[in-house]
Amino acid sequence: MSGFLAGLCVAVLPLLAAGFWLGRRTARTPHLGGLGTPVEHATFQTLHTASLAAPPLRAGMTEETARRSARRLRSLLGTDALCLTDDTQVLAWDGVGAHHRGEIMDRLTGPLDTGRGEAFRLTCEIPDCPVRWAVVAPLTVDDRVHGALVACAPRESAVLVRAAAEVARFVSVQLELAELDRSRTRLIEAEIKALRAQISPHFIFNSLAVIASFVRTDPERARELLLEFADFTRYSFRRHGDFTTLADELHAIEHYLALVRARFGDRLAVTLQIAPEVLPVTLPFLCLQPLVENAVKHGLEGKTGTCRIRITAQDAGAEALVVIEDDGAGMDPELLRRILAGEDSPSGGIGLSNVDDRLRQVYGDDHGLVIETAPGAGMKIIVRLPKYQPGVHSSGRLGQLAD
Amino acid sequence: MNSAYTVPAVALVVVATVLVGAFGLRVSRTTSDFYVASRTVGPRLNAAAISGEYLSAASFLGIAGLVLVQGPDMLWYPVGYTAGYLVLLLFVAAPLRRSGAYTLPDFAEARLASQGVRRLAGAFVVGVGWLYLLPQLQGAGLTLAVLTGAPDALGGVVVAAVVVATVAAGGMRSITFVQAFQYWLKLTALLVPALFLVLAWQGDGAPRHAFDEPAAFREQRTVRVDGTLDLRLERPLTVTVSGTVDGRTHHDRQTTLAVGTHHLERGTRLTFAPGTAVPEAARGGTGGMSTSLTAGREERPLYATYGLIVATFLGTMGLPHVVVRFYTSPHGVAARRTTVAVLGLIGGFYLLPPLYGALGRLYAPELTITGNADAAVLLLPDRMIGGLGGDLLGALVAGGAFAAFLSTASGLTMAVAGVLTQDVLPSRGPLPARGVRHFRLGTVLAMAVPLAASVLVGGLPVADAVGLAFAVSASSFCPLLVLGIWWRRLTPPGAAAGMLTGGGAALVAVAVTMAGVPGSGPLHALLAWPALWSVPLGFLTMVLVSLATPGRVPAGTAAVLARFHLPEQLRAEVQA
Repeated sequence: MSGFLAGLCVAVLPLLAAGFWLGRRTARTPHLGGLGTPVEHATFQTLHTASLAAPPLRAGMTEETARRSARRLRSLLGTDALCLTDDTQVLAWDGVGAHHRGEIMDRLTGPLDTGRGEAFRLTCEIPDCPVRWAVVAPLTVDDRVHGALVACAPRESAVLVRAAAEVARFVSVQLELAELDRSRTRLIEAEIKALRAQISPHFIFNSLAVIASFVRTDPERARELLLEFADFTRYSFRRHGDFTTLADELHAIEHYLALVRARFGDRLAVTLQIAPEVLPVTLPFLCLQPLVENAVKHGLEGKTGTCRIRITAQDAGAEALVVIEDDGAGMDPELLRRILAGEDSPSGGIGLSNVDDRLRQVYGDDHGLVIETAPGAGMKIIVRLPKYQPGVHSSGRLGQLAD
Repeated sequence: MNSAYTVPAVALVVVATVLVGAFGLRVSRTTSDFYVASRTVGPRLNAAAISGEYLSAASFLGIAGLVLVQGPDMLWYPVGYTAGYLVLLLFVAAPLRRSGAYTLPDFAEARLASQGVRRLAGAFVVGVGWLYLLPQLQGAGLTLAVLTGAPDALGGVVVAAVVVATVAAGGMRSITFVQAFQYWLKLTALLVPALFLVLAWQGDGAPRHAFDEPAAFREQRTVRVDGTLDLRLERPLTVTVSGTVDGRTHHDRQTTLAVGTHHLERGTRLTFAPGTAVPEAARGGTGGMSTSLTAGREERPLYATYGLIVATFLGTMGLPHVVVRFYTSPHGVAARRTTVAVLGLIGGFYLLPPLYGALGRLYAPELTITGNADAAVLLLPDRMIGGLGGDLLGALVAGGAFAAFLSTASGLTMAVAGVLTQDVLPSRGPLPARGVRHFRLGTVLAMAVPLAASVLVGGLPVADAVGLAFAVSASSFCPLLVLGIWWRRLTPPGAAAGMLTGGGAALVAVAVTMAGVPGSGPLHALLAWPALWSVPLGFLTMVLVSLATPGRVPAGTAAVLARFHLPEQLRAEVQA
């Protein structure tokens, strides 16, 4: 008996899970029954249908999004058939009479050129085909015709012409918003390209000066440092791919620290603690090195003793947790907040806010930098990197470096 | 068994696991160590970790028990468990690594760009994980019961508590080292006693015993019936009985039981004279750990064997804790090398359990009646060697068994908790606290369900329960992975339909079998070994629905497949 019960549990649990998921999806549909007069009720229904049609279009017009929104738009207009086209082909046909696709495309050239709506009779050999009339309403974005919304009905109707024009305007607004989204994304991409891989010119001058100082006294050391410098700059100036692996980034940090150590000698003590599981994690290119550079700067600032820096990378389930700590001068949290918000930009702060922006851009707002600091109390920077994120692939050469 | 040695051994394994997990990180303090600290995990270390996580209670205890009860037919289990990696190596390992996916839902999303399929894959990961955790907890309960006489459920509760505590507290930080350590511990725990056992067997005059004749007692042996038991006799049996047989109470009296089925009450003792053949327990007696699915197998051995082969060959690739490990490989080629090493390590390990099974049939044949056949590995050192040596070896085996429960259970718990945290628990609430709190909640949830089920379900043989988990995995994830990697016309609706039909059918079959609804007959065989029909069903549905929805092929499919199949070095050169 207990076996039967347990078996039942095992069978029911997945169903429950599926039910829970479905429930969460369908819970978004508000239940309007019993609220307001029939007219208000109808208004709610219409607004609700319109709000359901909008989200797919926000991703721009493709066959997929057109297919998903056409269904909603047709119920909004209450016609037998509705089709969405771009300027060359039918993207989606919802409802009956799909055999009119070709004919409609042929008749669309006029409205697509002029940008004005039109209604025309369709020819059809099938006697009881309900699609006799087509109402065309062009979709315009920035005064340019991008396609058309075609509503088909059994007879001519002025109401349908008016309604189709209004719906087409609604769709056009969504498409304009989509266009806006796209240009915002492009802007951010351009910003990232401009911001990425900024190694500070000071670092280059200082490194070269240190190397120069070793050329006479210790040529072998100078040669090693030059090679480190070459490796580091090759990594920072590379132009392919926006992402790298944690292993590669750590190698770059290694070269960077070797150069800094040549300058500051024993004043810098670095401890590294890395869980090997997280080394293949993909992350935005050069997003940890600026944090280490920041730690070095803060650690040595206004101090004569040794600066201790600690870098840890831990495995935390589906994420990798990278922590960079120094015991230096620290910072006023309020000032730091302003720097990260872009309201203030003292020297050195640009690195932090740049990294923060890029992390938020790639992984979403809950993966920005988490910084714990106070004046005189050092600084601890925590970065959470998801092990998998759609669209994030390293083009690094981890394999060759590991061999 | 002497619990004075075994309890400290088990405790030692638990403590060592937690310590290696917490302090096993590589630390460097000078620049010259930098390279060492940031070196990726090599194929051999990773392979040991995968093997450590993979070799569960089913492998450590279950196979020996099955071989003991049912003979060499059961060797298909170790063969299947190992060969699963061959399929993984040939079709999945390198492309899966190159996909960059950490979990199976990640893979579904990377390949099909669909949140719906991702959630569905997550649901199946949780289902398979729970099914697989169940026998681990049961095995732990059995082990502790045999070792110390504790109540059956206690061992499961102990393992569940240790795993939840370490995983939720953020322990197991260096999981690769922990699991690799567990592999070598498990191998040692079986190999060293096995050497002594073989020596003892040699010293005993190397007795041989054919598997197709019934096992016989080599010395006088008293068997106590823990539950009720039905004995099916094909010839009269002379035995000394103390207790109740067929409603008649006997007190230490020698009786001869006639041909037919006899019902033994709880607590009855039977004392067998040397040379007596071991009678066969009829199906239906409670406490028959290794007997519940035997009826179906005996009726249709060929069908059952093929069902088992299909499930284990194709199911390995869909086990959530196995897939997660491949992420640690730095690139596709290393993933492939790792899999080859895993084949070697696992193959070596699987030579040992059948040895215990064969020796168990000689030296502990009464286990086939009492149903505690899964305990054969634990009992043999004491039985064959005895004394202090036997106790120490027994303690070693017990420690190894606990390592088996801990490693597999913690790997599975982490995988299931990860999916619960990411895809199931609501993503609302204050941001910074959410991750950790949710992960802890997910960990508790991941363990609570199988623990409750293990208390409820009771006697399903460990290896059979694992076989069922493999069947579900093979019917849902194998089509998704193989078609996802090798067929460019796969669509999200096709993948979802295939997983639901194949995996769902297998899941229902498993649930019905566990509930014990069709007692016997062809239907029972079909449901107890579902893989043979549910895997083709999954593949077929996936292919047909995908072909029926050609417009839904994700836009970036060509690029995604190119990334799966192009070696990384070549890719870097193309882009450079």
